[in-house]
Amino acid sequence: MIGLLTTVTFVPAVGALLVALVPRRRGTAHRAAGLAVALLALAASLPLWARFDADTPDFQFEETYRWMPSLGVSFHVGIDGISLLLVLLTTLLTPIALASAWHAIEDRAKEFVITMLLLETGMLGVFVSLDLFLFFVFWEAMLIPMYLIIGVWGGGQRVYAAVKFVLYTMLGSALMLVAILALYHQHGAATGTYTFDLPTLARWVLPPGLGQNLMFLAFALAFAIKVPLFPFHTWLPDAHVEAPTAGSVILAGVLLKMGTYGFLRFCLPLFPDATLRFAPVVLALAVVGIVYGAWVSTVQPDLKKLVAYSSVSHLGFVMLGIFALNQQGLVGGVIQMINHGLSTGALFLMVGMIYERRHTRLIAEFGGLWKVVPAFSVLFLVVVLSSLGLPGLNGFVGEFLVLVGAFQVNPWVAALATTGIIFAAVYLLWMYQRVVFGEVTQEANRRLADLSPREWALLVPIVALIVWIGVYPAAFTGKTEATIAALLAQVESKASVALAR
Amino acid sequence: MIPGFTPPPVALWVLLPALIVLGTGGLVLVLDLLPPRESKAHLGGVALAGILVALGAALALWLRGGDGRAFRDMVLLDGYALFFDLLICYAAALVVMLSMDYLSRTGGESGEYYALLLFSTAGMMLMASAGDLIVVFLSLELMSLSLYVLAGLFKTRLSSGEASMKYFLLGAFATAFLLYGIALVYGATGSTNLDRIAAASRGGDPLLLVGLGLLLVGFGFKISSVPFHMWAPDVYEGAPTTITALIATGSKAAAFAALIRVLVVGLRGAQPDWSALLWGLAALTMTVGNVVALAQSNLKRMLAYSSIAHVGYMLMGLVAGGTAGAGAVLFYLLAYTFTTVGAFGAIGLCARAGEEAVETGDYAGLARRHPVLAATLALFLLSLIGIPPLAGFVAKFYLFGSAVRAGYLWLTVIAVLNSAVAAYYYLRVIVYMYMREPEGDGVAVASSLAGGLALTIALVGIVLLGVMPAPFADLAQAAVAPLLR
Repeated sequence: MIGLLTTVTFVPAVGALLVALVPRRRGTAHRAAGLAVALLALAASLPLWARFDADTPDFQFEETYRWMPSLGVSFHVGIDGISLLLVLLTTLLTPIALASAWHAIEDRAKEFVITMLLLETGMLGVFVSLDLFLFFVFWEAMLIPMYLIIGVWGGGQRVYAAVKFVLYTMLGSALMLVAILALYHQHGAATGTYTFDLPTLARWVLPPGLGQNLMFLAFALAFAIKVPLFPFHTWLPDAHVEAPTAGSVILAGVLLKMGTYGFLRFCLPLFPDATLRFAPVVLALAVVGIVYGAWVSTVQPDLKKLVAYSSVSHLGFVMLGIFALNQQGLVGGVIQMINHGLSTGALFLMVGMIYERRHTRLIAEFGGLWKVVPAFSVLFLVVVLSSLGLPGLNGFVGEFLVLVGAFQVNPWVAALATTGIIFAAVYLLWMYQRVVFGEVTQEANRRLADLSPREWALLVPIVALIVWIGVYPAAFTGKTEATIAALLAQVESKASVALAR
Repeated sequence: MIPGFTPPPVALWVLLPALIVLGTGGLVLVLDLLPPRESKAHLGGVALAGILVALGAALALWLRGGDGRAFRDMVLLDGYALFFDLLICYAAALVVMLSMDYLSRTGGESGEYYALLLFSTAGMMLMASAGDLIVVFLSLELMSLSLYVLAGLFKTRLSSGEASMKYFLLGAFATAFLLYGIALVYGATGSTNLDRIAAASRGGDPLLLVGLGLLLVGFGFKISSVPFHMWAPDVYEGAPTTITALIATGSKAAAFAALIRVLVVGLRGAQPDWSALLWGLAALTMTVGNVVALAQSNLKRMLAYSSIAHVGYMLMGLVAGGTAGAGAVLFYLLAYTFTTVGAFGAIGLCARAGEEAVETGDYAGLARRHPVLAATLALFLLSLIGIPPLAGFVAKFYLFGSAVRAGYLWLTVIAVLNSAVAAYYYLRVIVYMYMREPEGDGVAVASSLAGGLALTIALVGIVLLGVMPAPFADLAQAAVAPLLR
């Protein structure tokens, strides 16, 4: 009997195979079928939310199947309070991204739908895997669909951006593979059971020292590139700018979270000593990323580039929260992951919407949109405010918790990070002012159409969640608090030095 | 009857699979003389049938589980030999299927093609069962001489002649090294039989070490490891694509089969020495192969360098040693054979302006005109990169795992960085197929039932090996177990 989690994970892949069988002549049939599959996956994932028991830190909806017993590999999946939210974020954003490409991608639409669905299975697999081998399989497998999405359906420099994306990520994960194997053998040699099972490995105390440090660094490099943590971020602006809107939404919304998720799921419990040892370095890099990303965003003439660099800044907050290594910081980091997925996903969607109308993304080409497209402008304002962390909307909750957590570790770090919020207000509001306020300066902007029903349908769920998290964050933080507390307790019990709370 | 002479007991069943292939080769030669003269396609069918019967025989022997020795331990039949018999028959069968239409399309159709192909296949199978250095040498020659001729099949094409000539000259040179090595090993131990060499060899004997070095030169040529790889790109490029596929898979697998048995059984006393030598060879081979492959625009040359790099990975397994290491090499060969035959097969189906399409640029826009073939080729390339859930990934995983387990961490780091670099040149082909538009005439894809079937089998193989690797990996481990006893 196949369980719920496996079903959710593989519905998109099976759907992709079915879409592949639909003949090419059938116009929009592929798009409709793809959307239906993605919505089915969303519907299948909702019971996870409803039936999730927030009081226990244990993995839930666990399933284990024999796969390669002689190697100690099993198909082991399960979710806790961290992965639950990310799974739902994935199943929510994928149909939205697919629907956003309804008109934007006419060329080879069939292949596009198949690729997106395969990508969804890859992303879900990363979040639900509880076996290092299985995790690595999904981690690598999901590279290729994203590569194709950027490279086939992207902009002018798409090939360069796609290849850069793949090579960066592959170099990072290559060393992670060695670290996985080394951990596997060290655990096997010490305990006599050779296994890739994550909970088993996480219970074992890896002796501190050079070996643990190197393994941590190998994992951390793979994740830091994905996040991207400064200075490993240079692939991101290229990939974001060249990717089609749907690709950018998924890239920003879900893919970057795999890096931060990796830190939470693997680095912290497996290598607690190394985590504590390198936490100051990561904190410093996170702060540099926050400030640097904000500054660079300020001077971008291109809307999409601006949003891309703002991701560097926002993901810096997530990293700051995680490596603050206390309850508030970690909960804030997790919520900030979700917030960034929603807000930045929505920003990319809306940038894509005006790009479809005007075929330019240069800020200077716009101005006075409020008068032309009021509905668009209002929703854009909500999303911008959410991204810069206005109280009452989701961004504030995450950033506030992260800063509270960071302050306990080092007030100076928190103070510097706070300037990132101020600069976020600068670049986002200044951008909004130039695009939306003022007089209509360009003749071409006078006849822009306001949001279509399809576009409303894309944005309303995201905006609703933005407000929901902002007004009642306990609904979301509550799901993850028990897990985070247990994770911290685990790090503390395994580490040979005390945790600074 | 000569007094005092008792003929050795003859146990031909030990040679059964190879004999079937050899017999079919002879049959093809005879049938070639009979009508119809215009078409030789039916000979392909005969060859295929012969290989399949041999495959069945090998399978039956495997299920019977019988180990056998014949001709005073010169020929061995064990799980190890049968594993390679299956692998080689499988590769040869796919190559024959790919050849059927390829030959008529390129004008290279001839009866002797299939006969030579079968002879070389028989040579490969014998190499895997060789329990004596003399048999290694004889079977190697049987395989190589047939391949030298096959590489020059296109008599009117200069590059084909060059490939044949180069392969022959360098091959003969390398065989001389091998023979000299055999002579020195014989001098040091007084025997050419692997078991007796193992029993008689003493550690640190300089004569044995020099012999070992010379043997490694000879085998290094056949598996195309750096620095004995110079022939590979030219031969791969000039030879008919189907023969390239056979050289890249069957002959490489056979050379590895003999190499592993010679090192692990015959020269087990000198393991620290050859292990250290192979460490360097492996690192050098994978790095040079990958770096030079980056600069290739000809697909066949690119795959030639990539196959050199894969040899580097496989040598890692030998360095790691033990059942895990050698078993991982066998599994890698299995995955690699499925993948490489598929990749060359897909290339063989493509033509541009009457010529074979071998430049990367020829493949621009292939995905738009022939989405199925493009997707197939892309999957083979992704498997070569080592992207899960395809065969190449699991094979690398086993191999790297065995190296880490044996403590060769730095070699593994070199290997994983190499495989990340390798992604670039494989992906470039995908870039052309999916992300570029063709200039002028696009690629024409020949429709070939047998070829399509072969590609489908190879594709199913790489997916199956990738998703359900456990039974095959256990099989590979079981196959090497008797060697290490």
